[in-house]
Amino acid sequence: MNPVIVYSVVVLGLVAAGAAVILFVVAKKFKVDEDPRIDEVTEMLPGANCGGCGYPGCRGLAEALVRATDKGDLGGLMCPPGGNETMARIGEYLGVAVEEAGPTVAVVRCGGSRAKAPAKLEYDGPERCSIAHSLFAGESGCAYGCLGLGDCVTACDFDAIHMNRETGLPEVDEEKCVSCGACVTACPRNLIEIRPLGRNGRRVWVACMNREPGGVARKACKAACIGCGLCVKACPEKIQAITLENNLAYIDPAKCIACGLCIPVCPTGAIQATFEPVKPKPKAAAAATAPSGS
Amino acid sequence: MRLRTFPKGGVHPSENKISAGETIQVLPIPSRVQLHLGQHLGAPAVPVVSKGDRVRVGSRIAEGKSFISAHLHSSVSGTVAKIDDVIDASGYRRPAVVIDVDGDEWEADIDRSPELIREIKVDAETIVERIKAAGVVGLGGACFPTHVKYIFPEGKRADTVIINAVECEPYLTSDHRLMLERADEILVGVQILMRAARVESAIIGIEANKPDAIEIMSRKARSLPGIEVIPLKVQYPQGAEKQLIKALLNREVPSGRLPLDVGCVVNNVGTALAVYEAVQKNKPLVERVVTFTGRHLPATGNFLVRLGVPAADMAAHLGIELDEETAKVISGGPMMGKAIAGLDVPVTKGTSGIVLLSESHARRHQVQNCIRCSRCITVCPMGLEPWLLEKMAQLDRFEECESAGAADCIECGSCSYTCPSSRPLLDFIRYGKVNVMRIRAARRQK
Repeated sequence: MNPVIVYSVVVLGLVAAGAAVILFVVAKKFKVDEDPRIDEVTEMLPGANCGGCGYPGCRGLAEALVRATDKGDLGGLMCPPGGNETMARIGEYLGVAVEEAGPTVAVVRCGGSRAKAPAKLEYDGPERCSIAHSLFAGESGCAYGCLGLGDCVTACDFDAIHMNRETGLPEVDEEKCVSCGACVTACPRNLIEIRPLGRNGRRVWVACMNREPGGVARKACKAACIGCGLCVKACPEKIQAITLENNLAYIDPAKCIACGLCIPVCPTGAIQATFEPVKPKPKAAAAATAPSGS
Repeated sequence: MRLRTFPKGGVHPSENKISAGETIQVLPIPSRVQLHLGQHLGAPAVPVVSKGDRVRVGSRIAEGKSFISAHLHSSVSGTVAKIDDVIDASGYRRPAVVIDVDGDEWEADIDRSPELIREIKVDAETIVERIKAAGVVGLGGACFPTHVKYIFPEGKRADTVIINAVECEPYLTSDHRLMLERADEILVGVQILMRAARVESAIIGIEANKPDAIEIMSRKARSLPGIEVIPLKVQYPQGAEKQLIKALLNREVPSGRLPLDVGCVVNNVGTALAVYEAVQKNKPLVERVVTFTGRHLPATGNFLVRLGVPAADMAAHLGIELDEETAKVISGGPMMGKAIAGLDVPVTKGTSGIVLLSESHARRHQVQNCIRCSRCITVCPMGLEPWLLEKMAQLDRFEECESAGAADCIECGSCSYTCPSSRPLLDFIRYGKVNVMRIRAARRQK
């Protein structure tokens, strides 16, 4: 037999054997004990790695969940895209009680459509809200309003937010939105808020973030909140869900009963509502007299 | 003789120095001025007047409280109408002091005589003190408080004062006119700065496209010991501090360091004049020279403008109305300036010019794909790779931006200017740079 072949086989065989021993020893000695539950929980999570829970990816949340289980309290940990169903399944597996959270949805707090807040300037820089925001107040002159360049659309992993070409404002697709909060972080003007979906999908919000005095706000946008306080007075006395701060009204979703009384009194139409029940009931549909928001 | 310049990168945009022949005119004072509290680099000044107070020209109306900040003085005499948020060049509302003008009464201790005072009677400390009291900031555009440059950290020494008279931005001619009309005062200013920095030599760098300024400055500087005028090859961005030091002294400022680390202090020529007025005449920084120009305009000019005066006043003085033809208004030069919403914004300490561009000049071209031609790398005066920085910033990969040197970008815009695909390189690099700075600040806090 050719000695070259023999030598090769022998040498390579020895190297292989040596390497196998080293690998075996290392694997034994440096073995990291990992809780097998982490892998299991990761499997149960949606796997979108959206970061909506505040942890780096699904595995991050899984680790946090297992750690919290050992302490005996999940302490509000939640997978927004997975929702109550997923959390209930994980709770069952880990053997802890999971608090049920109400469904939430992203809401765009700007009503400065092309018609309401006409452009006075033309921006020809890169199509990025974050860049435009750092350069100037915006085409309409409102320093608080939507820039309409779609950073929120890019940020969404679930195809749940889209630009309406007509209004120039983003619109949230309620069916697809998992309220992960990626758009909330992406918006340089903090215009998007995660709010409870509301009973039967009924919710009311102030679609404006302008904190300027009324005159200034109105100059840039006809749909701006001017801080007149009429809505605060219109809100039923027992409820008092609306507060006025820095020339801007805010409706506390925890208190609001979505009665819709504040909507007609707003002189600028800055209060928007969606009175389209998720499961239509004849009674609720009849009550839908207020203008529905975008 | 070959003219000196910086060796790496650079571009040569059309100079368009249309207003170079226009003598500096004094602009009439309007009925109301708006003085923003943050006209300089660093912390905004804190107002020391309140509504209804009477002020005269030169009265201090706001004080810079922190180390890097500058005082602000009233540029007119009259009554403080309000201290409120007023729209600035970016369209955002920022705090400002609004003054209703009546008459033109100056503070009594300001020497307004045109007489030239050559003899410098005060020592270095007093000079820095007076520069600070007068609220002088770098008038080239960055508005860095001048006195801070002359407070040397322990163990640091300078050997040269460099006077930046390059004016490499296209269109702008304010520094050029200043040298032609007020050379004597500028040179006394340079001598004051030399004393403040405790150095024996100063170099005035002027680009070769201003032969008249080179001639007049060289002639007048001849009798002054230590002051040298050096003509430079026309090359943008030679007016950038680091490029100018490299061109004049062949010294390179290391990344993240200051000119003082290579023994230099750099000041703009307009700043030298402001320093002369502050030290010899006790006059605070209340006015500056602004170029108002544009290729499609029937008239252009250089104006001595009080701070806080709306830019529209210059247009009105020239008989120019904003019409369809003007597509973009830029505060500063076209390379580094900022597009502004209109002419209503007040002139600040940093307004070196107002440039109006017509539709065909203002329009950005359709963005196309990067063809890897590497022209951006060739022209980058800092030796960076703009295409890479753009890509990384676009993908929000700021750590990579940092390791590719985003923080060293001087934002001169040569890359965007030269890109054959019209990519918005600088826009994204700036975006990356801001985030790199934010990450660094967060790291420091840890």
